[in-house]
Amino acid sequence: MKVPVSWLSELVDLPAGISVEELDTAFVRLGFEVEEIVRPPATTGPLVVGRVLEIEELTGFKKPIRYTQVDVGEDAPRGIVCGARNFAVGDLVVAALPGAVLPGDFAIAARKTYDHVSDGMICSVRELGIGEDYAGILVLGQDGFVPGTPAADVLGLDDVVFDLDVTPDRGYAMSMRGIARDLAGVLGVPWRDPADLPLPDWSGAPAWDVTVADADRCDRFSMLALEDLDPAAPSPWALRQRLAQCGVRSISLAVDVTNYVMLELGQPMHAFDRATVRGPITVRKATAGERLTTLDGADRALTDDDLLITDESGPIGMAGVMGGASTEIGDSTTAVLLEAAHWEQTGISRGVRRHRLPSEAGKRFERGTDPEVTVVALARAAALLVEHGGARVVGAPVDVDTRTPRQPVALDADLPGRIAGVDYTRAQVIDALEAIGATVEGTGETLRVFPPTWRGDLVEPADLVEEVVRFRGFDEIPSILPTAPPGRGLTERQRRRRSIGRALADAGYTEAPAFPFIGTPQLDALGLPADDDRRRVNTVRNPLSEEAPALRTTLLPGLLASLARNLARGQRDVALFEHGAVFPGGERPAAPLPGVDRRPDDATLAALLGAVPAQPWHVAVAITGQREPRGWWGPGRAAEWADAVQAARTVAQAAGAELTVRAGERAPWHPGRCAELLVDGRVVGHAGELHPKVCETLGLPPRTSVMELDADAFPAPGVPQAPPISTFPPVLIDLALVVADDVPAARVADALADGAGELLEAIRLFDVYTGAPVPAGSRSLAYALTLRAPDRTLTGEEAAAVRDAALAAVTAATGAALRA
Amino acid sequence: MSGANDPYDPKQVAALSQEALDDALALGVGAFSNAADLEQLAAVRPEHLGDRAPLLLARRELGALPPAARSDAGKRLNSVLGDLKRFYAERLEQLEAERDARVLAEERVDVTLPWDRTPRGARHPLTTLTDRIADIFVGMGYEVADGPELEAEWLNFDALNIGPDHPSRSMMDTFFVAPEDSGLVLRTHTSPVQARTMLDRQPPIYVVAPGRVYRTDELDATHLPVFHQVEGLAVDKGLTMAHLRGTLDHLARQLFGAEARTRWRPHFFPFTEPSAEFDVWFPEHRDGPQWVEWGGCGMVNPRVLRACGIDPDVYSGFAFGMGIERALQFRSAVSDMHDIAEADVRFTSVFGVEQ
Repeated sequence: MKVPVSWLSELVDLPAGISVEELDTAFVRLGFEVEEIVRPPATTGPLVVGRVLEIEELTGFKKPIRYTQVDVGEDAPRGIVCGARNFAVGDLVVAALPGAVLPGDFAIAARKTYDHVSDGMICSVRELGIGEDYAGILVLGQDGFVPGTPAADVLGLDDVVFDLDVTPDRGYAMSMRGIARDLAGVLGVPWRDPADLPLPDWSGAPAWDVTVADADRCDRFSMLALEDLDPAAPSPWALRQRLAQCGVRSISLAVDVTNYVMLELGQPMHAFDRATVRGPITVRKATAGERLTTLDGADRALTDDDLLITDESGPIGMAGVMGGASTEIGDSTTAVLLEAAHWEQTGISRGVRRHRLPSEAGKRFERGTDPEVTVVALARAAALLVEHGGARVVGAPVDVDTRTPRQPVALDADLPGRIAGVDYTRAQVIDALEAIGATVEGTGETLRVFPPTWRGDLVEPADLVEEVVRFRGFDEIPSILPTAPPGRGLTERQRRRRSIGRALADAGYTEAPAFPFIGTPQLDALGLPADDDRRRVNTVRNPLSEEAPALRTTLLPGLLASLARNLARGQRDVALFEHGAVFPGGERPAAPLPGVDRRPDDATLAALLGAVPAQPWHVAVAITGQREPRGWWGPGRAAEWADAVQAARTVAQAAGAELTVRAGERAPWHPGRCAELLVDGRVVGHAGELHPKVCETLGLPPRTSVMELDADAFPAPGVPQAPPISTFPPVLIDLALVVADDVPAARVADALADGAGELLEAIRLFDVYTGAPVPAGSRSLAYALTLRAPDRTLTGEEAAAVRDAALAAVTAATGAALRA
Repeated sequence: MSGANDPYDPKQVAALSQEALDDALALGVGAFSNAADLEQLAAVRPEHLGDRAPLLLARRELGALPPAARSDAGKRLNSVLGDLKRFYAERLEQLEAERDARVLAEERVDVTLPWDRTPRGARHPLTTLTDRIADIFVGMGYEVADGPELEAEWLNFDALNIGPDHPSRSMMDTFFVAPEDSGLVLRTHTSPVQARTMLDRQPPIYVVAPGRVYRTDELDATHLPVFHQVEGLAVDKGLTMAHLRGTLDHLARQLFGAEARTRWRPHFFPFTEPSAEFDVWFPEHRDGPQWVEWGGCGMVNPRVLRACGIDPDVYSGFAFGMGIERALQFRSAVSDMHDIAEADVRFTSVFGVEQ
């Protein structure tokens, strides 16, 4: 809502000398966020009202040019050359005289052009910096100003406009009337209600025959008829200027007047061409199949939730949303039927969204208007049309008013204080409520509060509490830290997520959160087969990008995009991780939409919560380049599949889970370099090198390696149990074994451990060797075994027995032979 | 030790003469002194203190002396031998010290050489800041509540007093999930976690819910379609706006320094009444101490309490929410939201030190 200070000061007795900054503070205190303070454009030098006395049409130039004589209040008129043609002799215009500087450092000087000396310039609103959408120069009309008058006052060049953000609960503040009341209340100064108008003593037949068939959606519908409107009558400059300041385009007198009254009183109105309305008007809901061509020319299919204004021809307007084309006022309209109504808010809201027709009127109706002012608004508009358009009111207004009296709200006088934590007195509470226009009755503990007609939002005591606290101000509220009961701290799951993140960061990975939107191309790039479960996605109906309308089912697309972005920015060695929710798709029942007057019953609540898909927490890493850089210590080590697998072990360790690894096969991994990650025998993820084709498709360096696992699949870790610590010396044994290439090292180690039995304290693979003398097709695996007994020093014989048993077991299980 | 009582008179043995002993001592001292290092010292040691050294050979002669002379000669010999051994030990210690000093000097390294063999990683500042905020509330006795990002429309809107036709519902710039009747949205705020918590249990409730939220804003320097909030909710008997202010002031001090505090402006949120937006006084702002817009707060709307099965005549509550990106932006002087969203390791690694 744009609020010119000049308009405000007509309604509120602003304290003398109040500054823009003080007004700013007052608005903010009231809850109107000041989005912008528009100050007038900087203009200096002589800028005056002038009257065009003569127009000489110059010919022979590329375009028609006028040489005019303009009375600027001096002894003699000035000759001014002008390229515009939208003015006539006798018109009042704005003339910038030599020495004036217009916005944009546009200095005016007398200069010769088109064979004449132009002694100044006739200005357009654009040149004056006070508007955009006006063709030609600014014409102020034929009278009202004396030539030579400084134009700054006329143009509002000393006026400041506040652009206020009005929250959706405060429909009343979408008007000068509402803003003025609140501001006067908080400043403690008198104000004048522009709706407080004496209504004319209309007489005669009602303006039209009107029936309201849907009183629930429309409890007041008023109309007034006018005739003899001069369709060519221009809007007076003062009105156009206000509209411009408020961001409303000037169209014609009739439209401008309805818009002006809407800004002033908050009551949107519609003007029908009275000559085109056929027979009695009925306000009713549409029936299926009905259509309406709206003012914007669109032919719209209507639903049975659309509320219409109809005549014998059918729909002539969509109530509160947009008028119909068939009854639109035009260049030749002389008879007007003005409508001002009070519509039920949510119905308007639905209509605006259904037909995508947001408008200034819709914005006000869906936030709630004052049903009391429909006829007042008609009277105000009629008066302006009479004054400026030569119209006259015909007969009496129609006023279909089916409102029921509003019930007062019972308010404990001390409730506002109890909620705010401030000891408001009863008088302070009543004062605040009266300041917003409420009537307060009652002498006991409980007040009977009658909210004002323009405050449909004040229904419950809490609504009134808010107003009291707002008017008293938040600065009165003290700061007291409440004492919460002892809490449980973080949950197991929350601690685990932190541990995993820290462990990966410690291991050299940098966290790279990505937006979770993906599309089919990203899944194709990973080479996922058609039936892959990660292709079953949840899709956003209104995505930011049509290429990525789905929610991720895997962290890899986002993570690899982050990797590629870092590489594109010149990084070479990058190790990234991400952890976050993924959104597996699949068939689900729709989530129910229960009422809100009480808690949903258990079955409904269960259905509601059950309709929300599980969103497991995944962890992923991606690594490329050098895992360890080259340095003065020697060459670096390239990142490889094993780093990705190790990252999985790091994650598992941080989560207190025991991870086992076996060969796996899954896109997007290299089929020979993919590890399946298991916890408690259940596959929780995969790690290894990306498939070369995936690297190629995504433009990633060869051998880029990734890991992804489901951290929610880890079981809750048990309490660690202390191991016995033997103080007897260990026996160390090295065993080099020759095994076939296809025997996984993990199986060899398992067999050795099984054979060695309980004297084995630790086993570690310390070398892998291929090449002579190890036969082709085999490799040598060298293990270091640490043996120790809990209760004695092992003898050489005991150690040898363990070694033999381990060797026998591994030979039996894997065909391994002791390396010669 | 003592030999037999010799019947005949002792005869002086030349090797045990004082003169001979002194000569041997002088020779030994000279040789040990001349040894330049431990090797030379070891090389000359046998000649003067070895089994064939003059003093050791002289000892063998003692037995030939009569008892009285033997005692005298033995004393003299031991004295000289002791002097020589002591001198040797001193020289040895001296040369060892010289060697140690030389070796340590030779082993000097350039300690400024880098040893960044294991690259450094980092958690994202959104994560660490979220954890920090959560910890502040855990310290106050709050619990941390989680909720799904893909959320039931009813919990994101209706339960929070944002009815289907409420204007603020369309102002929320919601991502809707297919199909049209799925009843699911990407949560536009962390507030549905409030509703979930209240539906799940009765007061007293003190929870904080950090998480990722979604709005259909295009990414630019000041907007993110995907961002993070922290939501707080307290429902108990007798809670007032003063308690809300106390809580926010405490948070501000913990996060932004002892001088930080909050300032409120009336605002509108369907799920709270009264509602306010709040600014925080941030003394460390890079453009000088100033008020910074941070979040929204208010007293839980009784309609929300009712929809979640809590009696508003018995309990009252407050709720607040703020943007993590916003806090990160002014706390760490981030000038472009792109940097928060684009996962550039140069940005993130700076924050690795903050836990």
